[in-house]
Amino acid sequence: MKKYDVIVIGAGHNGLTNAAYLAKAGLSALVVEKNPWTGGASVSRSLYEGWTYSNCSYVCSLFRPEIYRDLELARHGLQVIPYEGGITFMRNGDYFGSYSDTERHYREIARHSKRDADAYVRYEADVSRQTRLIRPLLLRTPPDPVSFKPRDVMELIYLIRTYWDLGEDILYDTIRFWTMSVGDFLDEYFESDIVKAHLAGSGIIGTALGVYSPGTAYVLLHHYMGDVDGSVGSWGFARGGMGSIAKALAAAFQSFGGEIKVDAGVDKILVANGRVKGVALENGDEHYANIVVSNLDPKRTFLNIMDEKDLPGDVVRKARNFKIRGSSGKLNIALDGMPAFYGMAEGHELLKADFHFTDSLERMERAYDDWKNGTWSKDPYLDTLIPTQVDPTMAPPGKHMMSVFVQYCPPQVNGRDWTDEKRDEFGQTIIDQISEYSPNFKDLILHAEIRTPRELENEVGLTEGNIFQGELTADQLLFNRPFPGYAQYRGPVKGMYMSGSGTHPGGGVMGAPGANSAREILLDLGRKNIVPAALNDE
Amino acid sequence: MTAPMTEPMIARAADKRVLPTPFHARASALCQTNCWSSWNAYTVVDLYSTLEDEYFAIRNATAAFDLTPMAKYRISGKDGLAYLDKLMTRKMGKLTPGRVMYAAWCNDRGHVLDDGTVFHLDKNHWRLCSQERHLDWLLATAMGFDVEIHDESAEVAGLAVQGPTSCRTLKAMNLEGIENLKPFQLRYFPFDDTELLVSRTGFTGDLGYELWIEPAHAEKLWDALFIAGKPHGILPNGGQALDMARIEAGFIQAGVEFVPAAELVRPDRGRSPFELGLGWLVHFDKPIFNGRRALLEEREKGSRYRFVRLDIDGNKPGNEAFIYNGKKEIVGHITSATWSPSAKMNIALASLKMPWGRPGDELYAEIYYNRELQWNRLMARCKVVNDAFFAPPRRRETPPRDY
Ligand SMILES: Cc1cc2nc3c(=O)[nH]c(=O)nc-3n(C[C@H](O)[C@H](O)[C@H](O)COP(=O)(O)OP(=O)(O)OC[C@H]3O[C@@H](n4cnc5c(N)ncnc54)[C@H](O)[C@@H]3O)c2cc1C
Repeated sequence: MKKYDVIVIGAGHNGLTNAAYLAKAGLSALVVEKNPWTGGASVSRSLYEGWTYSNCSYVCSLFRPEIYRDLELARHGLQVIPYEGGITFMRNGDYFGSYSDTERHYREIARHSKRDADAYVRYEADVSRQTRLIRPLLLRTPPDPVSFKPRDVMELIYLIRTYWDLGEDILYDTIRFWTMSVGDFLDEYFESDIVKAHLAGSGIIGTALGVYSPGTAYVLLHHYMGDVDGSVGSWGFARGGMGSIAKALAAAFQSFGGEIKVDAGVDKILVANGRVKGVALENGDEHYANIVVSNLDPKRTFLNIMDEKDLPGDVVRKARNFKIRGSSGKLNIALDGMPAFYGMAEGHELLKADFHFTDSLERMERAYDDWKNGTWSKDPYLDTLIPTQVDPTMAPPGKHMMSVFVQYCPPQVNGRDWTDEKRDEFGQTIIDQISEYSPNFKDLILHAEIRTPRELENEVGLTEGNIFQGELTADQLLFNRPFPGYAQYRGPVKGMYMSGSGTHPGGGVMGAPGANSAREILLDLGRKNIVPAALNDE
Repeated sequence: MTAPMTEPMIARAADKRVLPTPFHARASALCQTNCWSSWNAYTVVDLYSTLEDEYFAIRNATAAFDLTPMAKYRISGKDGLAYLDKLMTRKMGKLTPGRVMYAAWCNDRGHVLDDGTVFHLDKNHWRLCSQERHLDWLLATAMGFDVEIHDESAEVAGLAVQGPTSCRTLKAMNLEGIENLKPFQLRYFPFDDTELLVSRTGFTGDLGYELWIEPAHAEKLWDALFIAGKPHGILPNGGQALDMARIEAGFIQAGVEFVPAAELVRPDRGRSPFELGLGWLVHFDKPIFNGRRALLEEREKGSRYRFVRLDIDGNKPGNEAFIYNGKKEIVGHITSATWSPSAKMNIALASLKMPWGRPGDELYAEIYYNRELQWNRLMARCKVVNDAFFAPPRRRETPPRDY
């Protein structure tokens, strides 16, 4: 059997990014994927004729522009189209809209609170400052704070200096920012409930925490630190759905001679004499390589496809303790036309962006209470988009596709496994909520894909259905991601590496974990680094 | 303004600072920004809504651009083709009825007066379409030919309809067989009791068409187009979005990449076709054409400048930057620059002194940018790119795919 230089387990977008860089550097690389398709949580599939869904992730901002350009993903067919703003419908029939134009945005906030309209300037400057601090770290390997290796020491000095240069108070702000709740954070700026509710959504998406739980302010930052064409904080649609990102990455990988095997689930990483030697597939096939990269989340990597006997005890323990709680669901809906929304003129440009139906932090917190009680939110927070208003490729002309991200949805219902009936009941809750704001929505539904954490886990292999491959809390970020001592993409067994969202800088369709991991592998092999450095962000 | 403007009206219209195009009412109704600019005395929209939306209408759906202000000349007569052969540096023999050709024309020094498209409308009828006005030169060149030249700029309204769903949009407008129109072909379609001329041409490097009609029918054309285009994502686009698209396509623009030779006060500041990357348009195997002698001489002695397309490191736009070689000597400057959302590159067009711009030459753009009152200077590495920065295959497909 052919021996590869490297085998990457899982054709998620990070696995593909990792493999593309290794193949580009001249290594022979194989990607093995359990599903019949590639992309992991960055996937587009057609489940109803004529329609294409972004089945999991649905909008793009975090994907590193350095990788996009360097791997020539545009030439490989990727196009990301930015959209502006967002909208939160209110129970009283009004709404709050968010616009990219500063003055227009000011006027809209002022409609709800004049003071908040002014405060927004301070809010935006503060958040932008934090994104500027974190963005350069995305394509860097976190330093190990207890190591005395020159590289770690230099990197720590770089980190400290970056903050020091900005003054002491910025350091305090940053520490607060990384640990406080999004609710407390917003309370420091705004008085209007609707303004806070609109902004707070980014703090809870994908997170098993409530708006008043410490750590959610960082999650908000995580959603603001990306950009589309240099516009930081902007989000966009990948033309053809999020699968287009994985497709372009796969094409880049293949253009460097890489090989992809689908329907090739890995049963075990083979280890002999303290180092990896390849993978054994569920179908019995074995493939060999001196380097094996796992793109699965840390729990699956260390507790499922590795033998505990091959691992140090602390790794097994840390993997067991790793926080990876499912809290989200997803609906993808084929629509026979464009739904109308009360109070919104037909074709209003705000409808091209995310819309939400939760108009207070109180309601968000209650939604979280349901999750804590072991059930899905009866009044959930939704992040809803109709990308087909912009993307002509995902539904027939005049027809539409709606993507609904749902917070909160638990990995089990009242301690019991999900059933199909429960799943459909969950779906109905969402459909009912949207119908309260749209008179014709229900009548337009042709097909719906309803996804609870059960479906996400079974399909993508995200443990408990956690969308980020592990919670984005400070104890699991930077040099703590996935666990202290293992944050530099190297596993505990020689030749074994990690590349998924469970590593720094975490979840989202970003490509950074995969690229950073490739850089470390090339370093260990004594090869020249070809992974691009972060752009000058000044 | 719905009535066609006649020549006398144009003359009288000088009391107005700018003229409305026949699409003015429709364009103003959709223009949300009040950003207009003037072009050949007409006022046209620079930005309707946001640059992103308009740019992506061109690259993702369908965008309509009012190009009525283009100068348009009707060339008629049995000597028409011979005349065009004398005027243009390119051999025009292949320009059969129903076809369009891109060409450039020069003065006697071999400097480009303009570039444009020539439409062979019908037997003994041609139309020259260009950004600048040239009647004086066109008439001077006509001496000895049995041709008539007529400035029909105000008699033809034009809309560029560009983008991946543009063919679908025109199909939905019942332009039967439009999907079979090949690049650089034209065809007439019946519309509103008149004839609508459609050519598969454009300035975006994408799938796209240009629609030409008498001004009296302009508004009806606009309305029909926007109704048909609605399910296909049609938006109007202004000059800003078009400029991004044309830079991505690597196209030169009069007044930007070259100063039209007729306007030059300092005659040596002109550019020859060779110096604009248009060498492929110069055909010395025809015995006579304007500028031939000078261009022959240039071919022997060498050109002074080279037109290049640059891929610049980083993401700071290189507008108006000087270009340096590896020895820190200035070897040229950037004429147009933009971030390319479709190629995901920091791109520019530049004019370099010979011999710079060869493959492998070390080049740097000197870029200045200001962040909260701090000026920074950057020497960004540049790579010469041979082709268009963005060239989707759909631009050549016939019939084009659906999107
Ligand atoms: C519902 C949902 C919505 C989201 N929305 C967004 C969004 O809008 N924007 C955004 O930026 N991010 C979003 N995210 C997060 C983002 O999609 C993920 O963080 C990211 O795609 C993870 O990529 P990855 O390559 O690290 O891992 P994954 O995509 O998880 O890749 C893991 C791969 O490994 C495969 N695999 C699993 N087990 C095996 C095995 N034993 N053998 C072989 N292969 C195996 C899986 O099939 C999968 O292909 C969302 C996620 C979800 C689930």
